[in-house]
Amino acid sequence: MAKMKGAIVVDTERCKGCQLCIIACPQKVIALANKVNLHGYPYVEAVNEEACVGCASCGIVCPDGCITVYRKKMEE
Amino acid sequence: MDRNQIVQPENIVCKKPTLMNDNNMHYCPGCSHGVVHKLIAEVIEEMGMEDKAVGVSPVGCAVFAYNYIDIDWQEAAHGRAPALATGIKRCWPDRLVFTYQGDGDLACIGTCETIHALNRGENIVIIFVNNAIYGMTGGQMAPTTLIGQKTSTCPYGRDPQLHGYPLKMADIAAGLEGTCYVTRQSVESVGSINKAKKALRKAFEASMAGKGSSLVEFVSTCNSGWKLSPAKANEWMKENMFPFYPKGDLKDTTI
Amino acid sequence: MAEEREVVLMKGNEAIAHAAIRCGCDGYFGYPITPQSEVIETLAELKPWETTGMQVVQAESELASIYMVYGAAGAGKRAMTSSSSPGIALMQEGITYMAGAEVPGVFVNVQRGGPGLGTIQPSQGDYFQATRGGGNGDYKVIVLAPSSVQEMADFVDLAFELAFKYRNPAMILSDGVIGQMMEKVVLPPYKPRRTDEEVIKQCPWASTGKPKNRERVVITSLELKPEIMEQRNIALQEKYAKIQENEVRFEEQQMDDAEYAIVAFGSAARIAEKAVEIAREQGVKVGLFRPITLFPFPEKQIAELSKKVKGILVAEINAGQMVQDVRLAVNGAVPVEQFGRLGGIVPDPEEIVNALQAKLIDN
Repeated sequence: MAKMKGAIVVDTERCKGCQLCIIACPQKVIALANKVNLHGYPYVEAVNEEACVGCASCGIVCPDGCITVYRKKMEE
Repeated sequence: MDRNQIVQPENIVCKKPTLMNDNNMHYCPGCSHGVVHKLIAEVIEEMGMEDKAVGVSPVGCAVFAYNYIDIDWQEAAHGRAPALATGIKRCWPDRLVFTYQGDGDLACIGTCETIHALNRGENIVIIFVNNAIYGMTGGQMAPTTLIGQKTSTCPYGRDPQLHGYPLKMADIAAGLEGTCYVTRQSVESVGSINKAKKALRKAFEASMAGKGSSLVEFVSTCNSGWKLSPAKANEWMKENMFPFYPKGDLKDTTI
Repeated sequence: MAEEREVVLMKGNEAIAHAAIRCGCDGYFGYPITPQSEVIETLAELKPWETTGMQVVQAESELASIYMVYGAAGAGKRAMTSSSSPGIALMQEGITYMAGAEVPGVFVNVQRGGPGLGTIQPSQGDYFQATRGGGNGDYKVIVLAPSSVQEMADFVDLAFELAFKYRNPAMILSDGVIGQMMEKVVLPPYKPRRTDEEVIKQCPWASTGKPKNRERVVITSLELKPEIMEQRNIALQEKYAKIQENEVRFEEQQMDDAEYAIVAFGSAARIAEKAVEIAREQGVKVGLFRPITLFPFPEKQIAELSKKVKGILVAEINAGQMVQDVRLAVNGAVPVEQFGRLGGIVPDPEEIVNALQAKLIDN
């Protein structure tokens, strides 16, 4: 059966570290980075992108529209 | 498959809506406003109405909504957005006209304008972000603050003897002849966001079809005012706001 | 070809309504209040939404009215409202918002006695409210003061022209006498409402819906950065200076050989006109100076005439409001006195003649 592989790109300067994406992600892909952006907010990053299936839950719940979600069908 | 094969423009399944510009939004981290803004931007674009939409922004946290969604806007005085929207829609009947208001704006100072614009059946959509508190001014009690809820002007909890009872504007709106669609939604989960987007689209389409006025209430969080983290604010909303402000369609005569 | 002129007999309030339709007004949004309810009643009877497409909405309050005007005018349409003194007091917030956002709304005040709920009888007690700005901040509203039913009819189009020329709210400051009296009036010819394309072309600043080839428009009076806000305020002040330079309107009667001048506006000017006649019969060389624009105030012209007369009597139906502007213009050159009645009482011409005698000639 074809599987979906996903990847996310986070606009780190737009991210405010609210962590709602972390909670929404069913695959535990995302975590808060140990860094802050120019506005002083800690931002999120994909720490487990292997597990990402591109469901876009993170992007959908993100209040700031920071996350671009990609999804591609894996060739068998 | 390596990452570069996945991260290609043709594989995008979710991105910042086109009508949301690059300005960073000033809302607190985790604020519901951001999600509601995204939905408005998406629906206007999907309806192909980007050059015909005129929004009316409130006084409140969303006073700067006009800085984020790339359509024409007017900034209303506190509570008066439905009056502005009436003036615009009456004179530009083929435009998509909506207001975007918080609970103080819509249910306190603007109660009169809200009820009358809805009751006249103006072909506008009133978007109501209800987080039971006055966010922008620092967390004071709102007409929608729940009994027992603590705010800076009811620090011991809202007491009906002192402060009266919370107002359910959607219920009032549903009882008005002029409304065609009154609904309560929320934006804390993927499922609720998807439902909310459909509701917003229905309301916008009803206004363009001349079916009357719509009120789309978004039961929302204010993590700063409630002094909770964004995640805990969502939990508090589910436990306390949803039972008092139940979600769903209160009125739908659009069919 | 002889111009077709419609000469009719009607009230000042009715003339406002007819003139609004004829000058291509897009929307009237108002609320009943004595002594001007005939404006909306006449519009409701004439049903312009069926002929010119002009919208007529009875709003839920004066507050709602002024904001409906704000919305429509902010979207480039000719929008107006009318009310009377206490209702105009309610509208002050909307008016300052229009001034700050540069929205060309038009509104009519058919003044009645105050303060507060006051009386339904006429007065001129809102001169300060009109010219000093009853709302917050540094701003001016263009103010036209009709003194006849004809001027009520003529000033509607003029108010719109000036409002759009300067992107500024404009008002017609009338009173219960002019609003309720009936006179012959030549109604203005019909001017069609602008098409949507014409509105967009004439008003590129308006929130008409953002096409791809321009930036979004935001109609707002809010600016949190002080440096930018100062610039915006300076620009407003420069605009008002331009209006002062270009748009002063006034009328003089029998001023050529006058030794005394009566300065009066609106219905007080009509009474003063008769007072001038009576005084002249008694051998007093007096003339009438009638400001038509109260902002911009004809300060230069009054300063000039103060060099030619021995004294000026300001006749106004209030406790002394325009007299302050006259004193400022005269700058101490000659004595300036004031005569007025209060509480909704309209003075007789003889009272003005007596005041002229007692306060200026005998002193």
